[in-house]
Amino acid sequence: MSSEASIYNRPSVLDCFRSSGNSWFQKRNLKQMLESSKDSAKLDAMKRIVGMIAKGKNASELFPAVVKNVASKNIEIKKLVYVYLMRYAEEQQDLALLSISTFQRALKDPNQLIRASALRVLSSIRVPIIVPIMMLAIKEASSDLSPYVRKNAAHAIQKLYSLDPEQKEMLIEVIEKLLKDRSTLVAGSVVMAFEEVCPDRIDLIHKNYRKLCNLLVDVEEWGQVVIIHMLTRYARTQFVSPWKDDEVVEEYSENNFYESDEEQKEKDRKVKNIYTMDPDHRLLLRNTKPLLQSRNAAVVMAVAQLYWHLAPKSEASIVSKSLVRLLHSNREVQYIVLQNIATMSIQRKGMFEPYLKSFYVRSTDPTMIKTLKLEILTNLANEANISTLLREFQTYVKSQDKQFAAATIQAIGRCATNITEVTDTCLNGLVCLLSNRDEIVVAESVVVIKKLLQTQPAHHGEIIKHMAKLLDNITVPVARASILWLIGEYCERVPKIAPDVLRKTAKSFTTEDDLVKLQILNLGAKLYLTNSKQTKLLTQYVLNLGKYDQSYDIRDRTRFIRQLIVPNEKSGALSKYAKKIFLAQKPAPLLESPFKDRDHFQLGTLSHTLNSRATGYLELSNWPEVAPDPSVRNVDVAESTKEWTGILGMTKKEKPTEKFYSESEEEEDESTNTSSSSRCLESNLHLHCLENCIFRTKTHELLHRMSGKGLAAHYHFSRQPGIFGDHMVSVQVTVTNTTDQKIENIHIKEKKLPPGMRVHEFNPIECLEPAESITVSMGIDFCDSTQMASFQLCTKDDHFNVNIQPPVGELLLPVTMSEKDFKKEFAAKTVHSGSLMLVTVELKESSTAQLVINTEKTVIGSVLLRELKPVLSQG
Amino acid sequence: MIHSLFLINASGDIFLEKHWKSVVSRSVCDYFFEAQERASEAENVPPVIPTPHHYLLSVYRHKIFFVAVIQSEVPPLFVIEFLHRVVDTFQDYFGVCSEVMIKDNVVVVYEVLEEMLDNGFPLATESNILKELIKPPTILRTVVNTITGSTNVGDQLPTGQLSVVPWRRTGVKYTNNEAYFDVIEEIDAIIDKSGSTITAEIQGVIDACVKLTGMPDLTLSFMNPRLLDDVSFHPCVRFKRWESERILSFIPPDGNFRLLSYHVSAQNLVAIPVYVKHNISFRDSSSLGRFEITVGPKQTMGKTVEGVMVTSQMPKGVLNMTLTPSQGTHIFDPVTKLLSWDVGKINPQKLPSLKGSMTLQAGTSKPDENPTINLQFKIQQLAISGLKVNRLDMYGEKYKPFKGIKYMTKAGKFQVRT
Repeated sequence: MSSEASIYNRPSVLDCFRSSGNSWFQKRNLKQMLESSKDSAKLDAMKRIVGMIAKGKNASELFPAVVKNVASKNIEIKKLVYVYLMRYAEEQQDLALLSISTFQRALKDPNQLIRASALRVLSSIRVPIIVPIMMLAIKEASSDLSPYVRKNAAHAIQKLYSLDPEQKEMLIEVIEKLLKDRSTLVAGSVVMAFEEVCPDRIDLIHKNYRKLCNLLVDVEEWGQVVIIHMLTRYARTQFVSPWKDDEVVEEYSENNFYESDEEQKEKDRKVKNIYTMDPDHRLLLRNTKPLLQSRNAAVVMAVAQLYWHLAPKSEASIVSKSLVRLLHSNREVQYIVLQNIATMSIQRKGMFEPYLKSFYVRSTDPTMIKTLKLEILTNLANEANISTLLREFQTYVKSQDKQFAAATIQAIGRCATNITEVTDTCLNGLVCLLSNRDEIVVAESVVVIKKLLQTQPAHHGEIIKHMAKLLDNITVPVARASILWLIGEYCERVPKIAPDVLRKTAKSFTTEDDLVKLQILNLGAKLYLTNSKQTKLLTQYVLNLGKYDQSYDIRDRTRFIRQLIVPNEKSGALSKYAKKIFLAQKPAPLLESPFKDRDHFQLGTLSHTLNSRATGYLELSNWPEVAPDPSVRNVDVAESTKEWTGILGMTKKEKPTEKFYSESEEEEDESTNTSSSSRCLESNLHLHCLENCIFRTKTHELLHRMSGKGLAAHYHFSRQPGIFGDHMVSVQVTVTNTTDQKIENIHIKEKKLPPGMRVHEFNPIECLEPAESITVSMGIDFCDSTQMASFQLCTKDDHFNVNIQPPVGELLLPVTMSEKDFKKEFAAKTVHSGSLMLVTVELKESSTAQLVINTEKTVIGSVLLRELKPVLSQG
Repeated sequence: MIHSLFLINASGDIFLEKHWKSVVSRSVCDYFFEAQERASEAENVPPVIPTPHHYLLSVYRHKIFFVAVIQSEVPPLFVIEFLHRVVDTFQDYFGVCSEVMIKDNVVVVYEVLEEMLDNGFPLATESNILKELIKPPTILRTVVNTITGSTNVGDQLPTGQLSVVPWRRTGVKYTNNEAYFDVIEEIDAIIDKSGSTITAEIQGVIDACVKLTGMPDLTLSFMNPRLLDDVSFHPCVRFKRWESERILSFIPPDGNFRLLSYHVSAQNLVAIPVYVKHNISFRDSSSLGRFEITVGPKQTMGKTVEGVMVTSQMPKGVLNMTLTPSQGTHIFDPVTKLLSWDVGKINPQKLPSLKGSMTLQAGTSKPDENPTINLQFKIQQLAISGLKVNRLDMYGEKYKPFKGIKYMTKAGKFQVRT
């Protein structure tokens, strides 16, 4: 590059490099500085060298002098040496080995950051000889105590893989191990490694799927993008399509409460045929949704594509708002987002219709943004908004940016073919444009009018005549060719004009563009066939001109036409059909969006942007017909029982004060609620029937300490027989004071309860000392419904709104039965009305089972059925 | 992911290159130059350019192209967003992001880039962490460094990267504890010929400058949070609290950061604070045209409109303009045909106007479209959407911080068609 001189025209430390003549001298100089005993000289030298690297100049000769400083005490020198090593080690492999021992020592350093950076540099120097050393280092680092070191190990996996793909098997083992990691720091990096090394080993994901879903919110933003893309692919192989039926039965449908029993039963019967979403599928959708609020455009786009590819059609539209928000970002972000919206808007117009005005074009937009917006506006056009759109288009047609004006005319043409109501209006508008002063606009209009006329040629003789007149002035070849084609095609409608046009063009034949010449030949041929009396000689003249044309193409065409239309002894049977061949009914062209064919690429990918497969693009598979076994995602029983016993007997779950992501943890709790509560029920029944004392409680949050101004409250269902009355479910509330003053007079007030529901309050707590907590019990009669009980938790001078919602399992009580019956059945009764409930599991052949729930309470029954099914199918 | 990065200036020189994997020859940029030539304007260079072996993804900011070289499939926004983050970081470090600045601080730039990516995958992109790793150069520090020979690389290893609040550095100490929040709203609008609004929306951000000791836990609540139609947060904001209570609860990063950006939907009526009266006419036969615009306040809630700036791209046929402004200064560039008029403050008693004539190229027909007028303005002490911060509370620390809130309304993409 010739910029060397200009780069350093400012006085700087690198001044001495200005002329290349004495560069040898400088390098010697640098060498001396590097060998000097003073750190400042070394540092100065290193800075100059880094400056050279940044400029793209070769500094490899200095390698021996630089590498000696790898063990320097000065941290900046060390860092700069690392920079140098990563750049040149590949070229100077033997010398690079000198530095290895330093890194190996650092790998054992007690400081995690030093261990991490040593691993980072060691894995970055790309010297094949040290592959075994790297492998060993990665293996060790992957079980390091520090998550930061493990994160670096995940990065190193990719580096080693690209250096030596033979290590794949060993690396997969490490990936498998790191995938199990529960740290949010590691998750993004290891999934990245997974995508690079073994994206097809989907089986490694199964056991980690739920964990990844739950961690997602807390992973750093770049990791989120990678994980979301991976999970999208995963979900497409593991779940069945939610699109088969438009009607999707949700896990909790509020409507159920208001429907009559018959309807409900009918619905229950239908449930077997209707699609129900796998709870894991739902988990993914639910946990990615908050990320639409990310500040990072890539994360928002990733979630948007996930919803597009995985969510039921009715839910996908929640992403539109966030995507439209991204349009206020930089030009480059807009470009990519608009492309994706363009693809989406073809298939599901409704998603973006409410945001129509956000796609209006501003004169300051760059052309590529303008054309993309126009594309979307055209896709969104329908009967209702077309008149506003056409008015907007009128402004665009007048734009100073002629390329854009031409694109607008194309867009009008597309609207005209798609929406029949406005075809005539559009056509008239386009005809008006024919008298525009700008040639590009006129030419484009001609081309579009040609296409439009072809779709309905019936009564447009006038327009054709008008266009014939234009031929005298217009010079753009495409437009001239279009007019000639039109006249030829419909020459029978304009019998007087057509021969005259041929006469005129025959005169100018030699000066025309090739494209136009071909159409003149065509016109001649068609006229020869329909009106040979007038045009025979003219056509022959044109054919003669064509015969000696410079272009192969035209000579070829001339020969072909002559053989076909002029009868002579040599011409074969074909000439009989000449008229049929030339004047056949031609199908009208379809005016389609250029984004039509892009939807087979996963949205948000590079391949989608380029509309061609990029290297390393991973195909999104089609939904499987039958879902693969969902139980593969269950975490090992051994592990889960360990977890169970861990919680066993724990009634009070203190929030760790250092945990800043407490919210997301709650979310985790909620998400496992559905399955766990039914599992609770199971264990509950065990408890009473077999007197087996596995007892598990789940603590829910009632009031967070932040919203409660220091007052925190948790509750759990104690599963004791109601002490406040037969119909009551007992609830244990733990109130904690996290402030540094005492809180007085904690009590319940202002209950807002659905009809029939009753609450037995706990006795007011008179005084709660700082950092103290107290557990009280209360009873709630939920009336056998899963609606929540809302009330206020009051202190002496404040009150907070809280609510309790029971999982369905908590609304049931056990009924005693014989051991024999129990083997295949569970029996229970509801708390409030004591309606009996019978759950039957019938084992059939080939390890299928039929699950039947008999009860009067259909609402509870159906909810329970939905919850039990996945649980049982896992077991 | 990201293989290499090239920085290219306006005249097409590659003035910095950095490789995170094997070295990619800078000749790959020839494809970029080709595309640049085709695009005629820098703005129109496609952000994604395929080449036989690589893909070039670029962003254009501060008259510099940041070109990333990619070898295989990657979400393009991932790279673009990262490149923007790089630019933001440079701006944060050096005050301005310009070619001169980058060249002067090439070593710091290199060190920062080294930390931001590992093997092409983002490692540390939070400015709080980066600043702990590599201290930004200040004049004082440069002087001290030259004298004492000390370095700008942090000698303390950063712990932020390992903590549960990766965006905040640890051990922050201030003598004056302050937290300032700027609510800045931008109006994007298109106004048609007759002065009626075609589309108008409000984009808002809350930028914060928080200098608080220790680990403060802040909550910020609004009087009218329902106004916010769509929001995006800094990662520090607890999403669940917002969902349930419409309260922003967060542990802030240290220093400047964008807490929140929001959108007030087009469904709510947007107050348009200024109007433009215009009379621009070209006559077919004559080579003179008339030009007259007046700017006046509309719905300003009693506040003054300041910093008004009118720009307009005149049609190619306009050779020159002879104009007299009633206030402010104006420039017409006969090469780019760009008219700009720096109006300043609007005095409702004496509305600013710009009148005069245009000389048109003889012989050419009159342009079909009148130029659109782009408007910039500022209104202090007003959030046009009506958003109001209710209160700011701090938990977790004992001292009493000084708190400040400032409101401002600006024109975003504010366009008047004539």
